[in-house]
Amino acid sequence: MEDIKMGVFICHCGTNIGGFLDVPSLVEYAKTLPNVTFATDNLYSCSEVGLSLIKEKIEEHDLNRVIVASCTPRTHEPLFRSICQEAGLNPYLFEMVNIRDQCSWVHMKETEAATEKAKILIEMGVAKALLLQPLEKFQIDINPTALIIGGGIAGMTAALNLANQEFKVILIEKEPELGGLLRYLYKLYPTHDDASKVLEVRNLVENHQKIKVITSTEPVKIEGFIGNYKVSVKRRDGIYDIDTGIIIVATGAQVLKPEGLFGYNGSTIITQLELEQLLKENKINVKNIVMIQCVGARNEERRYCSNICCMTALKNAMLIKELKPDANISIIFRDIQTQGTTYEEYYRKAREKGITFIRYIPEKVPIVKESNIEVYNDYLNQDISIPYDMIVLSTPLIANPDSEDLAKMLKVPLEENHFFLEAHVKLRPVDFATDGIYVCGSAHWPADIPEAISQAYAAASRASTIISKDVLEVEGAIAEVDEDLCVGCGICIKICPYNAISMDDNGIAHVTEASCKGCGLCGATCPEKAITNHHFTTKQILAQILASGGK
Amino acid sequence: MSFEPNILGFLCNWCSYAGADLAGVSRVQYPPNIRVIRVMCSGRVDPVFVIEALATGLDGVIVMGCHLGDCHYIDGNYEEKMKLDLLSKALQLIGLSGRFRLEWVSASEGVRFGQVVSEFTKQIKNEGPSPFSGSKPNQKLKEDLEAIKRTLSDNRLRTLVGRERAITEFGNVYEEIIEFEEYEKIIDDALNSEFLRNKILIKLEKEPLSVKNLSKSLSIESSLILEHIVSLKARNLIDFNRIDGITPYYHALKEAL
Repeated sequence: MEDIKMGVFICHCGTNIGGFLDVPSLVEYAKTLPNVTFATDNLYSCSEVGLSLIKEKIEEHDLNRVIVASCTPRTHEPLFRSICQEAGLNPYLFEMVNIRDQCSWVHMKETEAATEKAKILIEMGVAKALLLQPLEKFQIDINPTALIIGGGIAGMTAALNLANQEFKVILIEKEPELGGLLRYLYKLYPTHDDASKVLEVRNLVENHQKIKVITSTEPVKIEGFIGNYKVSVKRRDGIYDIDTGIIIVATGAQVLKPEGLFGYNGSTIITQLELEQLLKENKINVKNIVMIQCVGARNEERRYCSNICCMTALKNAMLIKELKPDANISIIFRDIQTQGTTYEEYYRKAREKGITFIRYIPEKVPIVKESNIEVYNDYLNQDISIPYDMIVLSTPLIANPDSEDLAKMLKVPLEENHFFLEAHVKLRPVDFATDGIYVCGSAHWPADIPEAISQAYAAASRASTIISKDVLEVEGAIAEVDEDLCVGCGICIKICPYNAISMDDNGIAHVTEASCKGCGLCGATCPEKAITNHHFTTKQILAQILASGGK
Repeated sequence: MSFEPNILGFLCNWCSYAGADLAGVSRVQYPPNIRVIRVMCSGRVDPVFVIEALATGLDGVIVMGCHLGDCHYIDGNYEEKMKLDLLSKALQLIGLSGRFRLEWVSASEGVRFGQVVSEFTKQIKNEGPSPFSGSKPNQKLKEDLEAIKRTLSDNRLRTLVGRERAITEFGNVYEEIIEFEEYEKIIDDALNSEFLRNKILIKLEKEPLSVKNLSKSLSIESSLILEHIVSLKARNLIDFNRIDGITPYYHALKEAL
């Protein structure tokens, strides 16, 4: 058995603790606890003096467990751990007891009761410290390469950004050429820049020394973990392996073809995307144009708003007005979504130009007749009839049908409409829960060009925090499977939020150290109790429970 | 002297523990009866920990985590809720559910943390001292708690609750989604039968007994006892002891703890 020598340092924190708790009695109490060979108080444990005292006493008394009873481990544990490490002690043999934030500060008028509580908290700390085990942080090598899947505006922007930071980038695209949906657009809102001008980024990407573009290529198998992914891709002439440190998903989306909706026929009744083509070729030669919004969107089948269609319709209407000022353009909408300073201003301008806006309600959808549309105008509260020569249907962007396969390969989630789902909508908007995989552009949600570009920058920036390192240090307090106890039920594999557990060839669960975050969910769930959550082991927690004052 | 309960709190590092720290920074005052064990995620709290805490004579146990949807580990607290809902049901069977609570407290809710702890302390004061503390712990209840502990330690319930979210939200291997209510019923049935089996087993660890003996001491119909005796025997947990006249007696294969 290891000979445990514990040192307990009790902090006054000036008067923050010392003013409300009887610190000397805590020191005396600590000395009575098992294996405590040294205990003292400190005016400020985190001060230069306080820290050197801890270091000195570790060496002097050959301490192999250290407890500091002071403030909160959420702020000060790293500092005390590092001083232990400096004194040659494994940092995981340190335990912190919170007698300030959760004791002296919250029981300011009850010195006696609060001091008793602090004694129990220290006893719990000692009970845990007795069972602490040294742990090592894992080091994993990082391959400083980025693989970007999808060569639309988002993927190209991310590629260029990373390549300009001198990282090696591999950009794969399933189509024979780069550009994505941008290739089919005419001009972009709100500036009316030519899409072809923005598309020029393609030349930069294709000619960049650090970027390798591989077209007509799709991933078929993805293995590995952060820093060390292996992606097998299929090309016309066979399967190739790509080694990469991170992966950015920029697979975009596609435009819904409104087959069977509002008499769609591809000639007089077309989509906005098809209208872009006509504009490009300057082939608009009709007078009465009606646009219908939310076609195939915000309904039972697709509940979401596709984000880009209102602005797209406004823009195309404005462009037609520029080309043909006498054109009559009506936009039949449900709710116009033009948020922000510039877009709302754009909407105002469209109204000034004489574009008519007619609100319909989903209970009374417009009816397309041979030369006119009958629609219930919600504002006028009456049915009206609008003559048309051409109808343009604003259809949503929908997820690529192959998203599901890619999500399975990457082991990342999709949301209900099959777009990729980020780890946290506010805190980690371009990350996946699985480390080293990021998302940007319309693969994530229908995005317009500025949004796709911002997200691409975000994803590239997140990715560069990983591939700029040679090695990545990962937490030592992680999960470990006892192979003798594991029955291979696979429950831990399903519940692990980070896909850090997989089944090995013998049907035994195995934790990928690099991916585990040490949350402990698997250990609390495992039916066979075969998983140890290091630093928060069942034994350690039970010891704390026993010491916590039940009699 | 008034009764001052001993209360244990399991707090997740990222939300509730931070909320507790904020209560301190804001000098929110609350009763000193609570002692805290910090875990990284509320999802680490095995229901068995709560039972162990109650068994040692702690008067109340509270588990706190991030609000649903805000878990630092994505959805650890959803999984935890499944487990602790089961724990609540189990504690209800033996009348101890009032000594346990699950709460979501965020890192910004320092004031609320103080309120929750104050309320819970009051609740436990009303519950009175733990039936397992003092010089005369309640032995019958202690046996029942042991049966609950084994029920939640054994793999049947753990497997069911471990798969609950996967099966009720994403479907089983055949991609069939079982309705949550239907699944809960399966869990309830398993809980009731495992609890009874463990109660029988604990009795049989102490002395060999007949079905009739068991039926009397547990106040359960003998036909139901016999059903469980058969299944315990099939699992190799009990065996024939002797035949007394025409009455068979059984004993546990494992010694009493």
